[in-house]
Amino acid sequence: MRGKSADLSFSWMIGGPQGSGINVSAEMFAKALSRAGYYVFGQIEYHSNIKGKHSAYRLRIASEPLASHVEAVHLLSALDEETLVGDLYHEFPAHPGHVHEMAPGGAILYDREYRKFLDWIERDDVQFWEMPYAELLERALEEAGKPGQARAYRIMNNSMVLGASVGVLGFDFEAAAVAIRDSFGAKAGRVAEMNVLAARHACNYAREHFTGKLSYQLPPVPEPREQMLIKGTQAVGLGKLQAGCGIQTYYPISPATDESVYLEENQREHSIVVLQTEDEVSAIDAAVMAAHGGVRAATSTSGPGFALMPEGLGFAAMTEAPGPVLVNYQRGGPSTGLPTRWEQGDLSFALSAGQGDIPRIVIASGDIEESFFDTFDAFNYADRYQLPVIVLVDKHLSSSYQTLPLFDTSRLKIDRGALFEGEGNGHGEYFRHAFTPSGVSPRSIPGQPGGAFWTTTDEHDPRGHITESISNRLLMMEKRMGKLKLASNEISDEKKFRLVGSGETPVLALAWGSSKGAIVDALRHADPEGRRYSFLQIRMMRPFPVEQVRRMVERAGKVVCFDGNYSEQLARLVREETGFQPQHRVVKYDGRPFSEDEIVAALEHAVAGGPERIVISGGRVVGPEFAPAEFERMIELRRKHGKMLPPMVPLPPGYNR
Amino acid sequence: MGTVTEIKPFTAQDYKADIHNDWCPGCGDFGILSAIQMALAKLQIPPYRAAVVSGIGCSAKAAHYMNTYAFHTLHGRVMPCVTALKLANHDLTVIGAGGDGDAYGIGGGHFVAGGRRNLDITYVVFNNDVYALTKGQASPTIGKGQRTKSMPEESIMEAINPVLLALACGYTFVARGYALDTKYLVDLIAQAIQHRGSSLVDVLQTCPTYNDLHSKSWYAEQVEGQPRLYKLDGTDYDPVVHNPEDPAEITRKKAQALIRSQDPSGRIALGVYYKLEVPTYEDYLKRKITALESKPLAQLDVYHRDITPNLRNLT
Repeated sequence: MRGKSADLSFSWMIGGPQGSGINVSAEMFAKALSRAGYYVFGQIEYHSNIKGKHSAYRLRIASEPLASHVEAVHLLSALDEETLVGDLYHEFPAHPGHVHEMAPGGAILYDREYRKFLDWIERDDVQFWEMPYAELLERALEEAGKPGQARAYRIMNNSMVLGASVGVLGFDFEAAAVAIRDSFGAKAGRVAEMNVLAARHACNYAREHFTGKLSYQLPPVPEPREQMLIKGTQAVGLGKLQAGCGIQTYYPISPATDESVYLEENQREHSIVVLQTEDEVSAIDAAVMAAHGGVRAATSTSGPGFALMPEGLGFAAMTEAPGPVLVNYQRGGPSTGLPTRWEQGDLSFALSAGQGDIPRIVIASGDIEESFFDTFDAFNYADRYQLPVIVLVDKHLSSSYQTLPLFDTSRLKIDRGALFEGEGNGHGEYFRHAFTPSGVSPRSIPGQPGGAFWTTTDEHDPRGHITESISNRLLMMEKRMGKLKLASNEISDEKKFRLVGSGETPVLALAWGSSKGAIVDALRHADPEGRRYSFLQIRMMRPFPVEQVRRMVERAGKVVCFDGNYSEQLARLVREETGFQPQHRVVKYDGRPFSEDEIVAALEHAVAGGPERIVISGGRVVGPEFAPAEFERMIELRRKHGKMLPPMVPLPPGYNR
Repeated sequence: MGTVTEIKPFTAQDYKADIHNDWCPGCGDFGILSAIQMALAKLQIPPYRAAVVSGIGCSAKAAHYMNTYAFHTLHGRVMPCVTALKLANHDLTVIGAGGDGDAYGIGGGHFVAGGRRNLDITYVVFNNDVYALTKGQASPTIGKGQRTKSMPEESIMEAINPVLLALACGYTFVARGYALDTKYLVDLIAQAIQHRGSSLVDVLQTCPTYNDLHSKSWYAEQVEGQPRLYKLDGTDYDPVVHNPEDPAEITRKKAQALIRSQDPSGRIALGVYYKLEVPTYEDYLKRKITALESKPLAQLDVYHRDITPNLRNLT
């Protein structure tokens, strides 16, 4: 076990091939735990693949709120050999398996089928528990009147993992059975019951053989409170619904698509049109035009799609459309990059995408709850300032599950901004781009008598006609760009940044986006009295809270800036806006999100006088020799078990040393 | 305007913006612009209930000359913009105005999707075979081996047949007009607006500045002893699919349109090539989102959505 935080919570993991339902298993368990009153944080790592490649799903479970994952695993269920020994099938292995992540004293429930791989493992401080899933499944099928069909029903292994976990942990099996039934829905009654039956056999077997051998137990929580188990894409979707969004345009892309699918599932109930377009160019331009049409409009995408959208940002800004709201789910880049992995690599791009000076608001949500409220606010900003609003989230935030209280919507107010209220036929004295003291021109809705207007992506006069006049250009640039100053003045500080702790501590952690959860948990566990660390989370990247941030970073003893990218994009932004250079920049660009342990490791390294630039991976601070060493370890493993492995291309001698 | 006996509150003049027009003298755009204005007057659509959405290029300036809601958008994006505006307010008459490069070149993918959707919109394509505003480069409709005076070399790419492309994409009203026959064009555009579904009116157009190949005199030439341009109305050609439930009839009508649109003799037929009445995208949408039966999307209440059931679903 590496992190100090692990003892404060229990960490469960299931690993297996994609398509084997490991996510269903984890989510059923999370649901049961949530209803039982536990706090849960669920984090999935998966490949860009439909069937076969390795996925791993972690649940961190605690009796206090939590918002991150840890490196250590206490109970691991292995449904493939990769979980035990890593990726053996590729020239450059994707990962070394999960056994090395086990906390001492932890246990591994492995499928009997993978027994032979135990020889490969060198851990004597971990318990290995064999589960005869095929045999247990056969027994369950016999009971259900379907003997001899275990192969066909192998997919039910995932329910059996749930059963076994519940058995080991002393959790209420009936609560798990309810979650299984819910997961299958009302229609699949018979299938659901077979899964419950199989899970029950696994539960009984695990109870019989392993009870009392694991120090962690999950007894019932007295008086559990009502809470949601919610995923980031759902929170963003709900934010759009609450905001009255009338149209969502999208082109399918990981990991953004789930949000659009969620909205489409709600299409009938909430009268929202979900338009699947032919590409992302169409998605954003249609969203801009729908906003002009009087509808609250949004689009969602990820890096490769966002890369096609800058023309739409310019279109919206130049024609002063009230939107759209663009939610960008960051993933590993550049180009197609790591389609299903985490990165905070689009900050600089979101701030600068498009030619010329484009006024835009850029918000970065720190967690699932924030993403709901930020998305809601984004529509108000779009209407009020008539410009595009970008909400940056990422793969970690969007695909993770968290237990949260039901969102309090009672104080949310929809603000549609300045509207034209005139009458008549055709073009009267209404000017769509009229100069006003605020810089915002009241907008009419197409179809409104007296409100007909021209607008154009060319530079234009207040009427919306093309002009290349010098004085008009000066006025119009001031009008458009001035709206950012207006927004900056009107939007409250709590929406722009959040300070956790006193801000008077020797170290100030500075970060943005979904690293928030790991940092908040790290500070709470590593520094419960708040004497060593404070945390400044920047939530609004444009307009940037320049003076507020400058005050706080200059007051801090030492600033440690966290970035989920190679090029220190937040640190660069802070430097650009405030002139302040954070003393330490912590970067992570391995495609996996910061864990709580990694934050602690980085902070301690910085405090102990570590270098200005600290690279984090695999739970610790790493040097340039880290990757080659991992690589060589895998080559060695293959050499030992040579027969079944394809060759690997060795690195040149002394590579990167 | 012909013989008008009933009182018409709107005349073509009501759709004309009082603004300087900077098209070249003799440009075919004038004819198309007038035809759009006259078609709207013919149908008595109030200017504030109509929207003209243009792309980029000479044709795109048409939006500025209209007294309706007018959006001069981006190159190639007429179709996404038209689509969204129609979805926002299905009571609007939404007309796309784009060039041939805009519609069939840079906007090609959008053009395809627009046909598949079959929203109730009208797309008028100003087709002069060149990118005029950038001084006359070859557009997707200029043929292989052809070279206008503005091109340094002849084109070595095939020309697109817009009628055939539209048929393949699913446009349910496909017509071809000629910019200098405004009277007939008014009729075609009016029919296109009245048609429920995605309508394409491809308008052959002269560019006196850059296209010396397909000039007014070229269009007026005789081919094999007959005028190059002729109207389908004067023939026994029937563009209408009479039984939309009959896939064989649809195939037959598309086939005859293909044959007619690509006449090896070099003659060019003007008129309606194809017409199919089927439910539109909006019709299907209304079945899912019943609130749209009574009000356009932009007028639905956004202030009182209750997401409590969604939140409870997650507990």
